Amino acid sequence: MDKNEIIEKLGKKICEDILKDTGRTLAPDEVLISSGLIDSFSLVDLALMAEQMFGVRIEDYELNADTFDNLEQLAEIIVERKG
Amino acid sequence: MNFSKRLLELAGDYPDREIIHFLKTGESDQHLTYRALIEGAGRYQAALRSRNVLQGEVVILILQQSIELVYAYFGTILNGSIPSIMPFLTEKLLPEKYRKDLVSLIEITQPSAILTYRDFTDELSEIQANNAFIKALLFSEEIETGAAVLAGTGNYPGTERDGNDIVLLQHSSGSTGLQKGVALTHQAVFHQLDCYSKTIRLSSRDVIVSWLPLYHDMGLIACFLMPILYNVPLEIMSPFDWVRAPHRLFQAISHYRGTLCWLPNFAYNFCAQKIRPADMEGIELSTLRAVINCSEPMRRSSHQAFLERFSQYGLQPSAIATCYAMAENVFAVTQDGIDKAVTYDEIDQETFQKDKIARKVFNNRPSVYQVSAGKPIANTQVRIMDDDGRELPDRHVGEIVIKSNCMLTGYYHREDETVNSFSEGWFKTGDLGYLAEGELYVSGRKKDLIIVGGKNVYPQDIEAVVNEVEGVHPGRCVAFGVFNEEKGTEDVVVIAELERDFAEKDRQVADQIRKMVTQSTAVALRQVYLVNDFWLIKTSSGKIARAANKEKYLFETGHHAG
Repeated sequence: MDKNEIIEKLGKKICEDILKDTGRTLAPDEVLISSGLIDSFSLVDLALMAEQMFGVRIEDYELNADTFDNLEQLAEIIVERKG
Repeated sequence: MNFSKRLLELAGDYPDREIIHFLKTGESDQHLTYRALIEGAGRYQAALRSRNVLQGEVVILILQQSIELVYAYFGTILNGSIPSIMPFLTEKLLPEKYRKDLVSLIEITQPSAILTYRDFTDELSEIQANNAFIKALLFSEEIETGAAVLAGTGNYPGTERDGNDIVLLQHSSGSTGLQKGVALTHQAVFHQLDCYSKTIRLSSRDVIVSWLPLYHDMGLIACFLMPILYNVPLEIMSPFDWVRAPHRLFQAISHYRGTLCWLPNFAYNFCAQKIRPADMEGIELSTLRAVINCSEPMRRSSHQAFLERFSQYGLQPSAIATCYAMAENVFAVTQDGIDKAVTYDEIDQETFQKDKIARKVFNNRPSVYQVSAGKPIANTQVRIMDDDGRELPDRHVGEIVIKSNCMLTGYYHREDETVNSFSEGWFKTGDLGYLAEGELYVSGRKKDLIIVGGKNVYPQDIEAVVNEVEGVHPGRCVAFGVFNEEKGTEDVVVIAELERDFAEKDRQVADQIRKMVTQSTAVALRQVYLVNDFWLIKTSSGKIARAANKEKYLFETGHHAG
C-alpha cells in the first residue's frame, strides 16, 4: 500500500469516525492536532486506527503535533513502520 | 486546625512515608515522602517570603501537572498565602485568548504573585506592568535548591492561619469561570473532608489513584488534598498523559494496589472503548473498592460498559459508586455505592418529561433509568425547591439547594455573585433533580453550563468566540450541550446565523468557527449548524434563548426524544 492510498483511507476514516462529518474531506497537509481539529479525547483513536487498518503501532508519547500534525506526516510514519 | 499545621504534624510523625508517587510517561515514577514534600514546598515558601508575598495574599500557579506544582501548592500554603491554579496553556489554545482569560482571573483575584515558567516572562511582565498589586513573578526554574534554603525553613507563617481564613481559591475554566473563584476556608475543607472520609470509610489501607487535573474540585479535593492531609498514599499522573494512554491508570492501580478512584462519567466509556487488550495484559483490578462517578451527568449504561470490559481483570461490580459534588460545598454533597450498591431508579419516561415527576415505572410503559447520587453526607442538607422557593415533595423535579458547615465563604471579590447564589441560607446549585427514599437524583441543569468530559464550559464563552468569526451575524449565535450516549458526556453544538454574503461559503465559515472555538476554549465542537436570518429564537428581552433554540435544533435534526 503506498502513501497516497494510506492518506485517502485514513482521511475518510477520520472524517467518518472522529469528525462525524461524511461530507468532509481532509487535505494531506491539513493541520490536525495543533489546529484543534482532532481534540485530545480523539488522539488515541488515531493510534487505534493506524493499528487496526495498517498494523502499525503509534505509541501514546507520540500522540502530539511534534510527531505528526497532518495526514501526510502520519502516513509517512505508517509507511516507514510497515517496512 | 489549618493546612500547614496538619501537614507539618504528618511530616513529623511519618517523615519517611511515601505519600505521593508521580507517574510520568517515559520516566520512572517519582516517589515523594512527607519529608521530601516539606523540603520541596519549603523552597517555594522561601521564594515567596523573599519577595514579600504575605499571608492572606493570592498566588496564581500556572504550572503543568507535575511534582513542581505539588511543591508550589504546598509552598504557598506554608507561606500562609492562598493558592489558585490556572489551567496550563495547551498547544491547542491561542496565546491571545489564554492571555485574556488570565487577565480576567488576575483583575478579579488581584494576586500578589504568579508562579510559572520562564517561557511566560514577557507576557507576564506586561500584565504585571498594568497591575501594580502583582509584587512578584516567580519562575519554577529559578526556585533555589540546596541547604541554604532548607536551613532557613521550619518557621512557616502558614501555621499561624486561623481556621476561618481563606485557604484556597478554586475556579472553572474560561473567562466566565475564572471570574468566579470559589473561596474556601481551612475549616470548611476540614469539615468536608472529616465528613467525607468517614462516608467513604477512608483508612490507612487505602491507596488513591488519579489522573484528574488539580484545577478541578474532584482532582484537587478528593484526589490531592484528602490523601495528603489524611495520610493516604496518592498515585497521580497528568491528564495529558492519561488521555493519550488511558490504560496507564489501570497499570497504576494494579502496580500500587489502588483502592479508590474518582472518574467523570465520560471516562467510564472512554476506558471501555479505547484501551487495547494488549495494554491490559497482567493487570489486576480486584483491589479497587470504589470507582466513584462524579462531576457530570451519570449514566447506567456507562457503568455497565465499564464493568463488562474490566470485570475480566478482577473489577468487582460492588466497586461502582457515585457522588454529587461541587466546589461551593468544597466537594461532596451526596455519596452512594460505598455500603450498598448504587440505586438505579426506573421511572416512567412520559411523566418525567411532561410533568417533571419521577414516577416509578408502571404497566410496562417506556421507562428511563436515573442513577442515584446517594444520600447527603452527614454535614450537608439537601432540598428540592420550585421556582418560588417552596420545598417540593419526594419525586418532584426542582432545583437542588444545599446547606452545610463547609460552604464557600464566597466567590472571591464577587459579592454580587455570592449574594445571588443564596436564598434564605440555602445555596442554589443551579442543578435540577429529585429526592426519593432519601437519595438524590440529578436530572439536569437550570443554569447555562455545558459539561464536556467532566469540565465545566460556559456557553457564553463559546458564543463570544463565534461572534467574532467573519460571516456570522454578530450576536446571532448560540452554544449548548447535547448528551452523547456513546461517549457518556455532552457534545457541544453551535448554531450561528450566516450573513447573506456568505451563503456560498458556509463550509469555510463552519471550519473557521470550529477552529476558533477549539483554539480559544479547548473544546471541539460536535456540530456547527449554520442557519439563515431569523432562525434563532429570542426572549422578550431580546436575548438568545439557549434552551428554546436547543429544542428547535433537536426537533429539526431528528434528535428529539419526546
